[in-house]
Amino acid sequence: MIRKMIIIFTACLFLFACNSGGEEQPSNSSNNLEDNTPKGQASVVDNVSAKNILQVAMGSDDHTTLVAAVEAAEIEHVLVNAGPLTVFAPTNAAFDALPEGTVASLLEPENKEKLAFILTNHAAPGSFNIESLKKESKKGRKIYTAAGEYLEVVVEGKDVTVGGAKVLGTIQTSNGIINVVDNVILPTEK
Amino acid sequence: MKVAFKIFFLSAFIASIFALSGCGNNGGSKSGALTSSAANRVFIPPGEHDEFYAFMSGGFSGQLAVHGLPSGRLFKVIPVFSVDAEKAYGFNEETKPMLNTSYGFIPWDDSHHPDISQTNGELDGRWIFINANNTPRIARISLETFETEEIIEIPNSAGNHSSSFITENTEYVVAGTRFSVPVPQRDMPISEYKGNFKGALSFISVDKDHGDMEIAFQIMMPGFDYDLSHPGRGKSHGWFFFTTYNTEEASTLLEVNASQNDKDFIAAVNWKKAEEYIKAGKFKTMKANYAHNVYDEDTHTATSTMKKSVKVLDPAELPGLVYFLPTPKSPHGCDVDPSGEYIVGNGKLAASLTVHSFTKMQKAIKEEKFDGDAYGIPILNFDAINAGTVMQPGLGPLHTEFDANGYAYTTFFISSEVVKWQLGTWKVIDRKPTYYSVGHLMIPGGNSRKPFGKYLVALNKITKDRYLPTGPEVCHSAQLYDITGDKMELLLDFPTIGEPHYAAGAPASLIAPNSKKIYRLEDNKHPYVAKSEKETKVVRKGKDVHVYMTMIRSHFAPDNIEGIKVGDRVYFHVTNLEQDYDVPHGISIIGANTSELLIMPGQTETFVWEPKQVGVWPFYCTDFCSALHQEMQGYVRVSPKSSNIKLSWSLDGE
Repeated sequence: MIRKMIIIFTACLFLFACNSGGEEQPSNSSNNLEDNTPKGQASVVDNVSAKNILQVAMGSDDHTTLVAAVEAAEIEHVLVNAGPLTVFAPTNAAFDALPEGTVASLLEPENKEKLAFILTNHAAPGSFNIESLKKESKKGRKIYTAAGEYLEVVVEGKDVTVGGAKVLGTIQTSNGIINVVDNVILPTEK
Repeated sequence: MKVAFKIFFLSAFIASIFALSGCGNNGGSKSGALTSSAANRVFIPPGEHDEFYAFMSGGFSGQLAVHGLPSGRLFKVIPVFSVDAEKAYGFNEETKPMLNTSYGFIPWDDSHHPDISQTNGELDGRWIFINANNTPRIARISLETFETEEIIEIPNSAGNHSSSFITENTEYVVAGTRFSVPVPQRDMPISEYKGNFKGALSFISVDKDHGDMEIAFQIMMPGFDYDLSHPGRGKSHGWFFFTTYNTEEASTLLEVNASQNDKDFIAAVNWKKAEEYIKAGKFKTMKANYAHNVYDEDTHTATSTMKKSVKVLDPAELPGLVYFLPTPKSPHGCDVDPSGEYIVGNGKLAASLTVHSFTKMQKAIKEEKFDGDAYGIPILNFDAINAGTVMQPGLGPLHTEFDANGYAYTTFFISSEVVKWQLGTWKVIDRKPTYYSVGHLMIPGGNSRKPFGKYLVALNKITKDRYLPTGPEVCHSAQLYDITGDKMELLLDFPTIGEPHYAAGAPASLIAPNSKKIYRLEDNKHPYVAKSEKETKVVRKGKDVHVYMTMIRSHFAPDNIEGIKVGDRVYFHVTNLEQDYDVPHGISIIGANTSELLIMPGQTETFVWEPKQVGVWPFYCTDFCSALHQEMQGYVRVSPKSSNIKLSWSLDGE
């Protein structure tokens, strides 16, 4: 990425170094506006605010597959915006439990849309921590995901499952909630 | 990563050499920097930042606007002396005390001259001060929060115009009186002005660490109009210079009667001497009554205290405290060059610019080259102190600022132009028209030891045809000039709020890194804070009902309240639980006779609602905060006075 920027930057200087005025030295970035902030809000540097969902996920050793998948699907901006958002975050083990080759296949560029759909099906508008999830179950309310699916919340003893995935823990972030889950929630077949 | 950046810079460096040496038609050009189209030089690409902050006085708006240079973009309007319904300044319970004065609550003033704090004569970017002209006050604004932190009223003053300029280590912020008045105020004939009215020059000390202001002393001067002022710096540190007009002491038709004298004065005040006199007890303590208002960042609340006395020095009785420097024709701006040697008097009715020499002034004092005195204050001989005169530079000189290369830039109101001239030779180098009728001008750091002489902003009074018309009232304009070359170049003009009376600028790198992002919830010491939804509650004390409410994406807690009655006074104390940059929430309720609240992350604010009608009344978040912003709403049930409905509150039925 940086190498690419260097090439563009250098190229720009050469291109503009000898224009009609012969004096112009425009700012490099004015010439490639779209490269300015490739990840949009996800590239904003902020060390003061509480961490957002993406920042928390990136800091977790248990979610390297999820983060890689989010990057491959290029949906980082979904996890950093104002929200509020609840993410059901499958652990690496959850991805490993999928049939062999599934993850590798999803990471192929031609499957980007499918991957994005699967991932956004793990995200729901609203703030649902473990207490809220129990309440949803009690009141018979389902969780509506960003992919447009409805996930059922089931409480069995101490266990809370969402769309069949068990919640292992809840983390409050600056823009919503992460519920760590033990399974990848696969969309219903249509 | 490091290696990549080294490659990056190396490539850029090589490329730059190529760009500079590759096409030989740029060699000896001295015209403004690397010229290209003006548009390119003020264009800040999306996502990039301006190089300078420009803090532009809002003039009769009473506020202070924050722009970027060179783009001219407006970033924020900081409410200072006028209420601001958008930010609830002067409307919420926390900030109402900021606008308290000895005359009671005042919702407006006229803000004039911002000045950024300095250390060793250089901008330090900690605070910015600005004066209220009408009801004399000085405000201190934090450049971390960009909020007004403190306002102090100035007693014995009127038309607080030669203010708020600071000394080179921010020892004092100084405020002078434009409209002399009876001191103390009393019932007397206006015609007895002469000899009886006084003009106070106030020196307000500034706490080194926290900025707290206190009136250290006032110098009670003859009843002239003290127009503008600037501190000595470098060799003249310890002195402060004030222009005067109306040394005729007229009280009517000043446009004629205050223009009779061939020369008025610049008052040179030795404030180090004043400190000695204070220490020696040579002051009088005068009864006074003035407000001192302080906003506390931890309680998010302002308090107003009335002060009852002030120390006064009489220059007629205290030798060496003040000298008058004769200066032609009602001088307006009073500007000191970066070295501290030259004091420029911009005689607004004079055909030439007068420059005094500090060194000569010192010599003249020593040798007592006086031409009499005025009310016991020695008048120095003009020829003994004059450094030079810029001959016929333009019509109506008002203000001068400086670059770091020995050049001065003066605005001319009547001939609508900025003129560049050289210190020492007094030669005019360049002149450029402004559109139209320029008042002040600003070079970032242009009134300090270290000017950043890249841009000059002209602050114009008249706009006419510069923008799309908007009926009889049009905005005032500012114009940006590149001053890096021999010739000034007009790059941009841009609209401003109110009247851009004066401005102060500083490199963004001095201020931006310290700008606060959020308030820490754990540091919140507001007496009515609720730091979590568990702490929310509604408490009745007679007719007063206190709602301890929280807000977080995307709901209020509580959001259903019952048991409120007509005739109650309901205080909504609302805490924003967010700890995320740029996620404020707002709140208001139907029929509230006040503004919204706009609450920053970690902050608590309060508004009062007095329900007048029975019913169920909605409130909502007024700042689009999130994907579920439209869902961020709630209801208050209001019952008749006689009702027995129990006070209750809930969120999601719990």
